[in-house]
Amino acid sequence: MNILLILFASILTSNIALTYFLGMCPFVSISKNIQVASGMGMAVTMVMTLTAVANWLVNNYVLIPLGLGYMQFLVFIVTIAAIVQILEIVIDRFFPALYQSFGIFLPLITVNCAILGISLFMVLRSFGLLQTFFYGLGSGIGWFLAIITIGGIRKRLIFSKPPRRFGETGITAIIAGLMALAFIGFTGVASL
Amino acid sequence: MIMLRALLFANGFGLLIGLLIIFMDKVINNYGEVAITINHDKEIRGDGGKTLLRILFESKYFIPSACGGKGTCGYCKLKVVEGGGTALPTEALMLTRSEIREQYRLACQLKVKENLQVEIPPEYLEIQEYEGMFSLSEQITEDIKRVRMQLITPETISYKPGQYVQVRIPTDDGFDFRAYSMSSNPDEQNEIELNIKLIPAGIGSSYLHAKQVGDPVEFSGPYGDFYLKTHSDREIICVAGGVGLAPLKSIVAYWVSHNLSRPIYLFYGARSLKDLYNHDYFTGIAETKPQFHYFPALSDPAPDWDGTTGFIHTVLDRELSTGIHGEAYLCGPPIMIDAVMAVLESKGIPKESILYDKF
Ligand SMILES: Cc1cc2nc3c(=O)[nH]c(=O)nc-3n(C[C@H](O)[C@H](O)[C@H](O)COP(=O)(O)OP(=O)(O)OC[C@H]3O[C@@H](n4cnc5c(N)ncnc54)[C@H](O)[C@@H]3O)c2cc1C
Ligand code: FES
Repeated sequence: MNILLILFASILTSNIALTYFLGMCPFVSISKNIQVASGMGMAVTMVMTLTAVANWLVNNYVLIPLGLGYMQFLVFIVTIAAIVQILEIVIDRFFPALYQSFGIFLPLITVNCAILGISLFMVLRSFGLLQTFFYGLGSGIGWFLAIITIGGIRKRLIFSKPPRRFGETGITAIIAGLMALAFIGFTGVASL
Repeated sequence: MIMLRALLFANGFGLLIGLLIIFMDKVINNYGEVAITINHDKEIRGDGGKTLLRILFESKYFIPSACGGKGTCGYCKLKVVEGGGTALPTEALMLTRSEIREQYRLACQLKVKENLQVEIPPEYLEIQEYEGMFSLSEQITEDIKRVRMQLITPETISYKPGQYVQVRIPTDDGFDFRAYSMSSNPDEQNEIELNIKLIPAGIGSSYLHAKQVGDPVEFSGPYGDFYLKTHSDREIICVAGGVGLAPLKSIVAYWVSHNLSRPIYLFYGARSLKDLYNHDYFTGIAETKPQFHYFPALSDPAPDWDGTTGFIHTVLDRELSTGIHGEAYLCGPPIMIDAVMAVLESKGIPKESILYDKF
Protein backbone atom coordinates (compact mmCIF):
# COMPACT_ATOMS: atom_id res chain seq x y z
CA MET A 1 0.00 0.00 0.00
CA ASN A 2 1.20 3.45 -0.87
CA ILE A 3 2.80 5.18 2.11
CA LEU A 4 1.08 8.47 1.43
CA LEU A 5 -2.22 6.66 1.41
CA ILE A 6 -1.36 5.06 4.74
CA LEU A 7 -0.42 8.40 6.21
CA PHE A 8 -3.63 10.03 5.05
CA ALA A 9 -5.85 7.15 6.08
CA SER A 10 -4.33 6.82 9.53
CA ILE A 11 -4.73 10.52 10.21
CA LEU A 12 -8.30 10.85 9.02
CA THR A 13 -10.36 7.87 7.96
CA SER A 14 -8.90 5.25 10.25
CA ASN A 15 -8.25 7.67 13.07
CA ILE A 16 -7.14 5.63 16.07
CA ALA A 17 -9.18 7.67 18.53
CA LEU A 18 -12.33 8.24 16.54
CA THR A 19 -12.77 5.05 14.54
CA TYR A 20 -11.19 2.54 16.91
CA PHE A 21 -11.89 4.46 20.10
CA LEU A 22 -8.50 3.57 21.53
CA GLY A 23 -6.63 5.82 23.96
CA MET A 24 -9.92 7.09 25.36
CA CYS A 25 -8.72 7.67 28.91
CA PRO A 26 -6.50 10.69 28.23
CA PHE A 27 -8.78 11.65 25.35
CA VAL A 28 -11.58 12.31 27.82
CA SER A 29 -9.64 13.36 30.90
CA ILE A 30 -6.96 15.64 29.44
CA SER A 31 -8.89 17.31 26.63
CA LYS A 32 -10.29 20.08 28.80
CA ASN A 33 -7.31 22.34 28.34
CA ILE A 34 -5.91 22.70 24.83
CA GLN A 35 -2.39 23.40 25.98
CA VAL A 36 -2.26 20.29 28.10
CA ALA A 37 -3.98 18.33 25.32
CA SER A 38 -1.40 19.34 22.75
CA GLY A 39 1.42 18.32 25.10
CA MET A 40 -0.16 14.90 25.37
CA GLY A 41 -0.72 14.82 21.61
CA MET A 42 2.95 15.47 20.90
CA ALA A 43 4.02 12.81 23.35
CA VAL A 44 1.65 10.25 21.83
CA THR A 45 2.82 11.02 18.29
CA MET A 46 6.45 10.63 19.19
CA VAL A 47 6.00 7.44 21.20
CA MET A 48 3.67 5.88 18.65
CA THR A 49 6.12 6.35 15.79
CA LEU A 50 9.12 5.10 17.74
CA THR A 51 7.42 2.10 19.29
CA ALA A 52 5.76 0.98 16.06
CA VAL A 53 9.14 0.94 14.32
CA ALA A 54 10.93 -0.69 17.25
CA ASN A 55 8.27 -3.37 17.58
CA TRP A 56 8.38 -4.02 13.86
CA LEU A 57 12.11 -4.64 14.13
CA VAL A 58 11.75 -6.85 17.17
CA ASN A 59 8.91 -8.78 15.57
CA ASN A 60 10.56 -9.35 12.20
CA TYR A 61 14.13 -9.91 13.30
CA VAL A 62 13.67 -11.66 16.62
CA LEU A 63 10.23 -13.05 17.32
CA ILE A 64 9.40 -14.52 13.91
CA PRO A 65 12.81 -16.14 13.25
CA LEU A 66 12.70 -17.70 16.75
CA GLY A 67 9.13 -18.90 16.21
CA LEU A 68 7.95 -16.87 19.19
CA GLY A 69 5.21 -14.91 17.43
CA TYR A 70 2.80 -15.79 20.21
CA MET A 71 4.81 -13.69 22.65
CA GLN A 72 4.05 -10.51 20.74
CA PHE A 73 1.79 -9.00 23.38
CA LEU A 74 4.27 -9.45 26.18
CA VAL A 75 7.31 -8.34 24.22
CA PHE A 76 5.60 -5.36 22.65
CA ILE A 77 4.55 -4.03 26.03
CA VAL A 78 8.05 -4.39 27.43
CA THR A 79 9.54 -2.62 24.41
CA ILE A 80 7.05 0.21 24.76
CA ALA A 81 7.74 0.60 28.47
CA ALA A 82 11.49 0.67 27.88
CA ILE A 83 11.29 3.17 25.05
CA VAL A 84 9.11 5.50 27.07
CA GLN A 85 11.51 5.33 30.01
CA ILE A 86 14.56 6.02 27.89
CA LEU A 87 12.81 8.73 25.93
CA GLU A 88 11.88 10.49 29.14
CA ILE A 89 15.45 10.42 30.43
CA VAL A 90 16.90 11.62 27.12
CA ILE A 91 14.40 14.40 26.52
CA ASP A 92 14.68 15.62 30.08
CA ARG A 93 18.42 15.88 29.68
CA PHE A 94 18.92 17.21 26.18
CA PHE A 95 15.69 18.96 25.21
CA PRO A 96 14.48 20.81 28.31
CA ALA A 97 12.06 22.89 26.28
CA LEU A 98 10.39 19.78 24.88
CA TYR A 99 10.36 18.19 28.31
CA GLN A 100 8.66 21.27 29.64
CA SER A 101 5.85 20.91 27.12
CA PHE A 102 5.19 17.19 27.23
CA GLY A 103 7.72 15.32 29.39
CA ILE A 104 5.37 14.71 32.25
CA PHE A 105 2.92 12.89 29.99
CA LEU A 106 5.40 10.26 28.88
CA PRO A 107 4.96 7.93 31.88
CA LEU A 108 1.18 8.07 31.38
CA ILE A 109 1.59 6.74 27.89
CA THR A 110 3.27 3.47 28.79
CA VAL A 111 -0.07 1.86 29.47
CA ASN A 112 -2.01 3.62 26.74
CA CYS A 113 -3.90 1.08 24.63
CA ALA A 114 -3.65 3.16 21.46
CA ILE A 115 0.13 2.72 21.49
CA LEU A 116 -0.06 -1.04 21.83
CA GLY A 117 -2.92 -1.07 19.35
CA ILE A 118 -0.74 0.45 16.63
CA SER A 119 1.94 -2.20 17.13
CA LEU A 120 -0.62 -4.99 16.93
CA PHE A 121 -2.41 -3.52 13.90
CA MET A 122 0.83 -3.14 11.97
CA VAL A 123 1.41 -6.88 12.37
CA LEU A 124 -2.18 -7.74 11.41
CA ARG A 125 -1.92 -5.62 8.29
CA SER A 126 1.53 -7.04 7.41
CA PHE A 127 3.10 -3.62 6.89
CA GLY A 128 6.73 -3.24 5.85
CA LEU A 129 9.16 -1.10 7.83
CA LEU A 130 8.55 2.12 5.93
CA GLN A 131 4.81 1.57 5.94
CA THR A 132 4.92 0.96 9.67
CA PHE A 133 6.80 4.20 10.21
CA PHE A 134 4.19 6.20 8.36
CA TYR A 135 1.36 4.28 9.95
CA GLY A 136 2.71 5.07 13.44
CA LEU A 137 3.37 8.68 12.57
CA GLY A 138 -0.03 9.13 10.94
CA SER A 139 -1.89 7.51 13.80
CA GLY A 140 -0.07 9.75 16.26
CA ILE A 141 -0.90 12.86 14.28
CA GLY A 142 -4.47 11.64 13.98
CA TRP A 143 -4.78 11.20 17.73
CA PHE A 144 -3.20 14.62 18.23
CA LEU A 145 -5.67 16.17 15.81
CA ALA A 146 -8.59 14.46 17.49
CA ILE A 147 -7.67 15.54 21.02
CA ILE A 148 -7.05 19.19 20.17
CA THR A 149 -10.24 19.31 18.13
CA ILE A 150 -12.31 17.96 20.97
CA GLY A 151 -10.41 20.28 23.32
CA GLY A 152 -11.50 23.22 21.18
CA ILE A 153 -15.09 22.08 21.21
CA ARG A 154 -15.13 21.48 24.95
CA LYS A 155 -13.82 24.97 25.55
CA ARG A 156 -16.97 26.28 23.91
CA LEU A 157 -19.20 24.10 26.07
CA ILE A 158 -19.29 26.81 28.70
CA PHE A 159 -21.42 28.84 26.33
CA SER A 160 -24.00 26.11 25.92
CA LYS A 161 -26.06 24.19 28.41
CA PRO A 162 -25.88 20.46 27.83
CA PRO A 163 -28.31 18.45 29.98
CA ARG A 164 -26.78 18.53 33.43
CA ARG A 165 -27.30 14.82 34.09
CA PHE A 166 -24.90 13.91 31.29
CA GLY A 167 -22.04 15.28 33.30
CA GLU A 168 -18.87 16.40 31.60
CA THR A 169 -17.76 12.93 30.66
CA GLY A 170 -21.09 12.03 29.14
CA ILE A 171 -21.24 15.03 26.90
CA THR A 172 -17.62 14.50 25.89
CA ALA A 173 -18.44 10.96 24.77
CA ILE A 174 -21.34 12.26 22.70
CA ILE A 175 -19.16 14.92 21.10
CA ALA A 176 -16.58 12.26 20.30
CA GLY A 177 -19.31 10.26 18.61
CA LEU A 178 -20.34 13.21 16.45
CA MET A 179 -16.73 13.88 15.56
CA ALA A 180 -16.33 10.23 14.58
CA LEU A 181 -19.20 10.61 12.12
CA ALA A 182 -17.46 13.59 10.56
CA PHE A 183 -14.15 11.77 10.25
CA ILE A 184 -15.83 8.74 8.69
CA GLY A 185 -17.03 11.09 6.00
CA PHE A 186 -13.54 10.82 4.52
CA THR A 187 -13.80 7.05 4.05
CA GLY A 188 -14.68 7.41 0.39
CA VAL A 189 -11.34 9.09 -0.27
CA ALA A 190 -9.13 6.40 1.24
CA SER A 191 -9.28 3.78 3.92
CA LEU A 192 -7.02 1.16 5.40
CA MET B 1 11.98 -27.24 23.68
CA ILE B 2 9.62 -24.49 22.65
CA MET B 3 8.98 -23.72 26.30
CA LEU B 4 12.67 -23.49 27.00
CA ARG B 5 13.27 -21.20 24.09
CA ALA B 6 10.44 -18.90 25.16
CA LEU B 7 11.73 -18.86 28.72
CA LEU B 8 15.31 -18.10 27.69
CA PHE B 9 14.15 -15.40 25.34
CA ALA B 10 11.87 -13.74 27.88
CA ASN B 11 14.64 -13.67 30.49
CA GLY B 12 17.30 -12.48 28.09
CA PHE B 13 15.08 -9.80 26.66
CA GLY B 14 14.03 -8.56 30.10
CA LEU B 15 17.61 -8.49 31.31
CA LEU B 16 18.82 -6.62 28.25
CA ILE B 17 16.16 -3.95 28.54
CA GLY B 18 16.69 -3.62 32.29
CA LEU B 19 20.43 -3.13 31.85
CA LEU B 20 19.88 -0.60 29.11
CA ILE B 21 17.59 1.48 31.31
CA ILE B 22 19.94 1.32 34.29
CA PHE B 23 22.80 2.41 32.05
CA MET B 24 20.86 5.34 30.63
CA ASP B 25 19.73 6.35 34.08
CA LYS B 26 23.27 6.38 35.46
CA VAL B 27 24.89 8.15 32.54
CA ILE B 28 22.30 10.58 31.29
CA ASN B 29 20.09 11.16 34.29
CA ASN B 30 23.01 12.47 36.35
CA TYR B 31 23.02 16.20 36.86
CA GLY B 32 25.85 16.48 39.36
CA GLU B 33 25.65 18.84 42.28
CA VAL B 34 23.46 21.93 42.24
CA ALA B 35 23.47 25.03 44.45
CA ILE B 36 20.30 26.63 45.79
CA THR B 37 20.41 30.16 47.13
CA ILE B 38 17.77 30.88 49.76
CA ASN B 39 16.43 34.41 50.29
CA HIS B 40 19.49 35.89 48.52
CA ASP B 41 21.54 34.87 51.48
CA LYS B 42 22.28 31.27 52.37
CA GLU B 43 23.41 28.70 49.88
CA ILE B 44 22.80 24.96 50.14
CA ARG B 45 23.97 22.15 47.89
CA GLY B 46 22.18 19.02 46.80
CA ASP B 47 22.04 16.28 44.17
CA GLY B 48 20.69 17.47 40.84
CA GLY B 49 17.76 15.47 39.49
CA LYS B 50 15.91 15.48 42.82
CA THR B 51 12.93 17.72 43.47
CA LEU B 52 13.39 21.10 45.11
CA LEU B 53 11.23 19.98 48.03
CA ARG B 54 13.45 16.95 48.60
CA ILE B 55 16.69 18.92 48.48
CA LEU B 56 15.33 21.52 50.89
CA PHE B 57 14.17 18.82 53.30
CA GLU B 58 17.56 17.15 53.20
CA SER B 59 19.13 20.47 54.20
CA LYS B 60 16.55 20.88 56.98
CA TYR B 61 14.46 23.54 55.32
CA PHE B 62 10.89 22.41 55.97
CA ILE B 63 8.18 23.40 53.52
CA PRO B 64 4.52 22.50 54.10
CA SER B 65 3.72 19.53 51.89
CA ALA B 66 0.63 17.87 53.27
CA CYS B 67 0.03 15.63 50.26
CA GLY B 68 3.53 14.19 50.57
CA GLY B 69 4.74 15.60 47.24
CA LYS B 70 2.00 14.32 44.95
CA GLY B 71 1.22 17.77 43.61
CA THR B 72 -2.35 17.75 44.88
CA CYS B 73 -2.36 20.02 47.96
CA GLY B 74 -0.60 23.08 46.55
CA TYR B 75 0.93 23.89 49.97
CA CYS B 76 4.52 23.68 48.77
CA LYS B 77 4.46 26.71 46.47
CA LEU B 78 7.60 28.83 46.57
CA LYS B 79 8.86 31.75 44.56
CA VAL B 80 11.75 30.67 42.38
CA VAL B 81 13.50 33.89 41.47
CA GLU B 82 16.04 32.40 39.12
CA GLY B 83 16.41 29.14 37.22
CA GLY B 84 14.10 26.19 36.79
CA GLY B 85 11.97 27.41 33.89
CA THR B 86 8.25 28.03 34.20
CA ALA B 87 5.47 26.01 35.77
CA LEU B 88 4.69 22.56 34.33
CA PRO B 89 1.15 21.74 33.22
CA THR B 90 0.69 19.68 36.41
CA GLU B 91 1.52 22.73 38.50
CA ALA B 92 -0.78 25.02 36.54
CA LEU B 93 -3.74 23.29 38.19
CA MET B 94 -2.61 24.38 41.65
CA LEU B 95 -1.30 27.88 40.91
CA THR B 96 -3.20 30.97 39.88
CA ARG B 97 -2.26 32.84 36.73
CA SER B 98 -0.68 35.69 38.65
CA GLU B 99 1.31 33.26 40.78
CA ILE B 100 2.68 31.66 37.63
CA ARG B 101 3.61 35.09 36.30
CA GLU B 102 5.41 35.87 39.54
CA GLN B 103 7.48 32.69 39.16
CA TYR B 104 5.81 30.62 41.85
CA ARG B 105 6.43 26.88 41.54
CA LEU B 106 5.35 23.76 43.38
CA ALA B 107 8.55 22.68 45.08
CA CYS B 108 7.51 19.02 44.92
CA GLN B 109 7.17 19.09 41.12
CA LEU B 110 10.25 21.11 40.24
CA LYS B 111 13.12 18.81 39.38
CA VAL B 112 16.33 20.72 40.01
CA LYS B 113 18.77 20.55 37.11
CA GLU B 114 20.60 23.85 37.50
CA ASN B 115 21.42 26.33 40.22
CA LEU B 116 18.36 28.06 41.63
CA GLN B 117 17.46 31.10 43.70
CA VAL B 118 14.36 30.68 45.85
CA GLU B 119 12.48 32.73 48.40
CA ILE B 120 11.22 30.98 51.51
CA PRO B 121 8.68 32.86 53.68
CA PRO B 122 10.12 33.66 57.12
CA GLU B 123 7.48 31.68 59.00
CA TYR B 124 8.64 28.49 57.28
CA LEU B 125 12.14 29.05 58.61
CA GLU B 126 10.78 28.56 62.11
CA ILE B 127 9.59 25.06 61.37
CA GLN B 128 11.83 22.59 63.12
CA GLU B 129 12.59 18.92 63.18
CA TYR B 130 11.83 16.92 66.31
CA GLU B 131 12.93 13.55 67.60
CA GLY B 132 10.64 11.87 70.01
CA MET B 133 9.34 8.61 71.39
CA PHE B 134 5.90 7.05 71.45
CA SER B 135 4.50 7.34 74.96
CA LEU B 136 1.02 6.00 74.24
CA SER B 137 -0.68 4.02 71.51
CA GLU B 138 -4.26 2.93 71.97
CA GLN B 139 -7.09 1.82 69.73
CA ILE B 140 -9.99 4.25 70.17
CA THR B 141 -12.32 3.12 67.38
CA GLU B 142 -12.29 0.22 64.97
CA ASP B 143 -9.80 2.02 62.70
CA ILE B 144 -8.49 5.01 64.66
CA LYS B 145 -5.56 4.94 67.07
CA ARG B 146 -4.62 7.64 69.51
CA VAL B 147 -0.84 8.02 69.75
CA ARG B 148 1.14 10.34 71.94
CA MET B 149 4.73 11.30 71.29
CA GLN B 150 7.05 12.61 73.93
CA LEU B 151 9.64 15.08 72.62
CA ILE B 152 13.31 14.37 73.20
CA THR B 153 15.29 16.83 71.04
CA PRO B 154 14.27 19.59 71.22
CA GLU B 155 12.29 18.96 74.38
CA THR B 156 9.42 21.32 73.68
CA ILE B 157 7.32 22.51 70.75
CA SER B 158 5.14 25.58 70.57
CA TYR B 159 2.20 25.55 68.19
CA LYS B 160 -1.27 26.93 67.76
CA PRO B 161 -4.39 24.81 68.30
CA GLY B 162 -5.33 23.28 64.92
CA GLN B 163 -1.87 23.01 63.36
CA TYR B 164 -0.33 19.80 62.05
CA VAL B 165 3.02 18.00 61.92
CA GLN B 166 4.60 15.92 59.17
CA VAL B 167 5.79 12.55 60.36
CA ARG B 168 8.77 10.96 58.67
CA ILE B 169 7.84 7.56 57.26
CA PRO B 170 10.73 5.26 56.24
CA THR B 171 10.20 3.65 52.83
CA ASP B 172 12.12 1.27 50.59
CA ASP B 173 13.95 4.09 48.86
CA GLY B 174 14.55 6.53 51.68
CA PHE B 175 11.73 8.33 53.42
CA ASP B 176 8.41 9.97 52.84
CA PHE B 177 6.24 12.12 55.06
CA ARG B 178 2.56 12.38 55.95
CA ALA B 179 0.59 15.17 57.59
CA TYR B 180 -1.24 14.59 60.89
CA SER B 181 -3.06 17.19 62.95
CA MET B 182 -2.19 17.59 66.60
CA SER B 183 -5.19 16.91 68.82
CA SER B 184 -3.43 17.85 72.04
CA ASN B 185 -3.65 21.10 73.98
CA PRO B 186 -0.72 23.35 72.92
CA ASP B 187 -0.18 24.18 76.59
CA GLU B 188 1.51 20.85 77.16
CA GLN B 189 4.65 21.52 75.22
CA ASN B 190 6.64 18.36 75.73
CA GLU B 191 4.16 15.89 74.30
CA ILE B 192 1.83 15.88 71.30
CA GLU B 193 -1.12 13.67 70.50
CA LEU B 194 -2.24 12.48 67.08
CA ASN B 195 -5.30 10.52 65.98
CA ILE B 196 -4.47 8.20 63.13
CA LYS B 197 -7.05 6.53 60.97
CA LEU B 198 -5.86 3.34 59.31
CA ILE B 199 -6.14 3.53 55.53
CA PRO B 200 -5.96 0.00 54.03
CA ALA B 201 -2.51 -0.43 52.47
CA GLY B 202 -1.65 3.17 53.40
CA ILE B 203 2.07 3.64 53.98
CA GLY B 204 1.91 6.31 56.68
CA SER B 205 -1.08 5.17 58.65
CA SER B 206 0.02 1.51 58.69
CA TYR B 207 3.48 2.53 59.88
CA LEU B 208 2.07 4.59 62.73
CA HIS B 209 -0.47 1.95 63.70
CA ALA B 210 2.31 -0.63 64.03
CA LYS B 211 4.40 1.49 66.41
CA GLN B 212 4.58 0.69 70.10
CA VAL B 213 5.31 2.64 73.24
CA GLY B 214 9.05 3.31 73.43
CA ASP B 215 9.65 3.31 69.66
CA PRO B 216 11.44 6.37 68.25
CA VAL B 217 9.76 8.79 65.83
CA GLU B 218 10.78 11.86 63.84
CA PHE B 219 8.58 14.67 62.63
CA SER B 220 8.69 18.30 61.60
CA GLY B 221 6.31 21.11 62.42
CA PRO B 222 4.25 23.00 63.25
CA TYR B 223 2.56 23.63 59.90
CA GLY B 224 -0.60 25.25 58.63
CA ASP B 225 -2.83 28.33 58.69
CA PHE B 226 -5.69 26.30 60.10
CA TYR B 227 -5.61 27.39 63.75
CA LEU B 228 -7.80 29.21 66.24
CA LYS B 229 -7.71 32.97 65.70
CA THR B 230 -7.34 34.31 69.22
CA HIS B 231 -7.75 38.01 68.39
CA SER B 232 -11.37 37.73 67.40
CA ASP B 233 -14.69 38.03 69.20
CA ARG B 234 -16.66 35.86 66.81
CA GLU B 235 -18.37 32.74 68.07
CA ILE B 236 -16.38 29.63 67.28
CA ILE B 237 -18.09 27.04 65.09
CA CYS B 238 -16.21 23.75 64.79
CA VAL B 239 -17.39 21.10 62.35
CA ALA B 240 -15.66 17.72 62.28
CA GLY B 241 -16.15 14.56 60.25
CA GLY B 242 -14.54 11.32 61.44
CA VAL B 243 -10.85 11.65 62.26
CA GLY B 244 -11.11 15.32 61.25
CA LEU B 245 -11.99 15.81 64.90
CA ALA B 246 -8.27 15.84 65.83
CA PRO B 247 -7.41 19.54 65.29
CA LEU B 248 -10.79 20.63 66.63
CA LYS B 249 -10.26 18.73 69.84
CA SER B 250 -7.09 20.76 70.25
CA ILE B 251 -9.11 23.95 69.77
CA VAL B 252 -11.72 22.86 72.33
CA ALA B 253 -9.06 21.86 74.86
CA TYR B 254 -7.37 25.23 74.43
CA TRP B 255 -10.72 27.01 74.80
CA VAL B 256 -11.35 25.16 78.06
CA SER B 257 -7.93 25.67 79.63
CA HIS B 258 -7.79 29.37 78.71
CA ASN B 259 -11.33 30.01 79.95
CA LEU B 260 -12.28 31.80 76.75
CA SER B 261 -15.66 33.46 77.01
CA ARG B 262 -16.56 33.31 73.30
CA PRO B 263 -19.29 30.69 72.78
CA ILE B 264 -18.09 27.58 70.99
CA TYR B 265 -20.05 25.00 68.98
CA LEU B 266 -18.82 21.55 68.11
CA PHE B 267 -20.67 19.69 65.35
CA TYR B 268 -19.24 16.23 65.12
CA GLY B 269 -20.34 13.65 62.57
CA ALA B 270 -19.43 9.98 62.55
CA ARG B 271 -20.90 6.77 61.21
CA SER B 272 -21.88 4.99 64.43
CA LEU B 273 -21.38 5.36 68.16
CA LYS B 274 -18.28 3.14 67.96
CA ASP B 275 -16.70 5.73 65.64
CA LEU B 276 -17.60 8.68 67.83
CA TYR B 277 -14.45 8.96 69.89
CA ASN B 278 -13.84 11.49 72.67
CA HIS B 279 -17.63 11.53 73.09
CA ASP B 280 -17.44 11.31 76.89
CA TYR B 281 -14.81 14.05 77.03
CA PHE B 282 -17.06 16.48 75.16
CA THR B 283 -20.21 15.50 77.04
CA GLY B 284 -18.30 16.20 80.26
CA ILE B 285 -17.33 19.71 79.12
CA ALA B 286 -20.87 20.43 77.96
CA GLU B 287 -22.14 19.62 81.47
CA THR B 288 -19.85 22.10 83.21
CA LYS B 289 -19.53 24.88 80.60
CA PRO B 290 -22.79 26.39 79.36
CA GLN B 291 -20.94 28.24 76.59
CA PHE B 292 -19.90 24.94 75.00
CA HIS B 293 -22.53 23.54 72.64
CA TYR B 294 -21.99 19.96 71.56
CA PHE B 295 -23.88 18.37 68.64
CA PRO B 296 -22.84 14.83 67.82
CA ALA B 297 -24.65 13.19 64.90
CA LEU B 298 -24.47 9.69 63.49
CA SER B 299 -25.10 8.89 59.85
CA ASP B 300 -25.52 5.16 60.33
CA PRO B 301 -26.40 4.51 64.01
CA ALA B 302 -27.34 1.31 65.81
CA PRO B 303 -31.07 1.13 66.78
CA ASP B 304 -30.38 2.06 70.42
CA TRP B 305 -28.95 5.51 69.57
CA ASP B 306 -31.31 8.20 70.84
CA GLY B 307 -29.30 11.22 69.67
CA THR B 308 -29.30 13.00 66.34
CA THR B 309 -29.21 11.01 63.12
CA GLY B 310 -28.12 12.33 59.74
CA PHE B 311 -25.23 13.97 57.96
CA ILE B 312 -23.52 16.76 59.84
CA HIS B 313 -24.32 19.53 57.37
CA THR B 314 -28.06 18.94 57.80
CA VAL B 315 -27.68 19.13 61.59
CA LEU B 316 -25.74 22.35 61.20
CA ASP B 317 -28.43 23.76 58.95
CA ARG B 318 -31.05 22.96 61.58
CA GLU B 319 -29.24 24.10 64.72
CA LEU B 320 -27.29 27.19 63.69
CA SER B 321 -29.16 30.49 63.64
CA THR B 322 -28.95 32.66 60.54
CA GLY B 323 -26.85 35.78 60.85
CA ILE B 324 -24.71 34.36 63.67
CA HIS B 325 -21.55 36.42 64.27
CA GLY B 326 -19.28 33.43 63.93
CA GLU B 327 -16.13 32.03 62.40
CA ALA B 328 -15.93 28.43 61.34
CA TYR B 329 -13.28 25.72 61.54
CA LEU B 330 -13.99 22.68 59.38
CA CYS B 331 -12.04 19.48 59.16
CA GLY B 332 -12.89 16.21 57.47
CA PRO B 333 -13.28 14.59 54.05
CA PRO B 334 -13.50 17.01 51.08
CA ILE B 335 -17.12 16.17 50.31
CA MET B 336 -18.21 17.05 53.85
CA ILE B 337 -16.29 20.35 53.74
CA ASP B 338 -18.00 21.34 50.50
CA ALA B 339 -21.46 20.57 51.88
CA VAL B 340 -20.78 22.41 55.14
CA MET B 341 -19.36 25.47 53.33
CA ALA B 342 -22.60 25.84 51.41
CA VAL B 343 -24.64 25.72 54.62
CA LEU B 344 -22.40 28.24 56.38
CA GLU B 345 -22.58 30.66 53.50
CA SER B 346 -26.37 30.42 53.53
CA LYS B 347 -26.22 31.38 57.22
CA GLY B 348 -24.38 34.55 56.30
CA ILE B 349 -20.90 33.63 57.46
CA PRO B 350 -18.38 35.33 55.14
CA LYS B 351 -15.89 33.15 53.25
CA GLU B 352 -12.94 34.84 54.98
CA SER B 353 -14.24 33.56 58.31
CA ILE B 354 -14.28 29.94 57.23
CA LEU B 355 -11.09 27.94 57.64
CA TYR B 356 -10.78 24.31 56.67
CA ASP B 357 -8.36 21.39 56.34
CA LYS B 358 -9.35 18.72 53.84
CA PHE B 359 -8.02 15.29 54.81
C1 LIG C 1 -3.47 19.01 56.81
C2 LIG C 1 -3.75 17.54 56.95
C3 LIG C 1 -3.96 17.00 58.21
C4 LIG C 1 -4.21 15.63 58.36
N1 LIG C 1 -4.46 15.14 59.61
C5 LIG C 1 -4.75 13.83 59.76
C6 LIG C 1 -5.08 13.30 61.07
O1 LIG C 1 -5.09 14.01 62.10
N2 LIG C 1 -5.36 11.97 61.17
C7 LIG C 1 -5.37 11.14 60.07
O2 LIG C 1 -5.64 9.94 60.23
N3 LIG C 1 -5.07 11.62 58.83
C8 LIG C 1 -4.76 12.93 58.65
N4 LIG C 1 -4.47 13.41 57.39
C9 LIG C 1 -4.35 12.46 56.26
C10 LIG C 1 -2.93 11.86 56.25
O3 LIG C 1 -1.99 12.87 55.96
C11 LIG C 1 -2.72 10.78 55.18
O4 LIG C 1 -3.14 11.25 53.93
C12 LIG C 1 -3.46 9.49 55.47
O5 LIG C 1 -3.08 8.99 56.74
C13 LIG C 1 -3.19 8.44 54.40
O6 LIG C 1 -1.79 8.21 54.31
P1 LIG C 1 -1.19 6.78 54.07
O7 LIG C 1 0.28 6.92 53.87
O8 LIG C 1 -1.63 5.85 55.13
O9 LIG C 1 -1.88 6.33 52.71
P2 LIG C 1 -1.23 6.38 51.26
O10 LIG C 1 -0.20 5.32 51.17
O11 LIG C 1 -0.85 7.77 50.97
O12 LIG C 1 -2.50 6.00 50.40
C14 LIG C 1 -2.91 4.68 50.18
C15 LIG C 1 -4.19 4.65 49.36
O13 LIG C 1 -5.27 5.14 50.15
C16 LIG C 1 -5.94 6.20 49.50
N5 LIG C 1 -6.29 7.20 50.53
C17 LIG C 1 -5.50 8.20 51.02
N6 LIG C 1 -6.15 8.90 51.98
C18 LIG C 1 -7.36 8.33 52.12
C19 LIG C 1 -8.48 8.62 52.94
N7 LIG C 1 -8.48 9.62 53.82
N8 LIG C 1 -9.59 7.82 52.82
C20 LIG C 1 -9.60 6.80 51.93
N9 LIG C 1 -8.56 6.49 51.11
C21 LIG C 1 -7.46 7.24 51.19
C22 LIG C 1 -4.95 6.76 48.53
O14 LIG C 1 -5.59 7.33 47.41
C23 LIG C 1 -4.13 5.55 48.15
O15 LIG C 1 -4.72 4.87 47.10
C24 LIG C 1 -4.24 14.79 57.23
C25 LIG C 1 -4.01 15.33 55.97
C26 LIG C 1 -3.79 16.69 55.82
C27 LIG C 1 -3.60 17.23 54.43
S1 FES D 1 3.51 18.82 48.42
FE1 FES D 1 1.42 18.90 47.97
S2 FES D 1 1.47 19.97 46.11
FE2 FES D 1 3.56 19.84 46.55
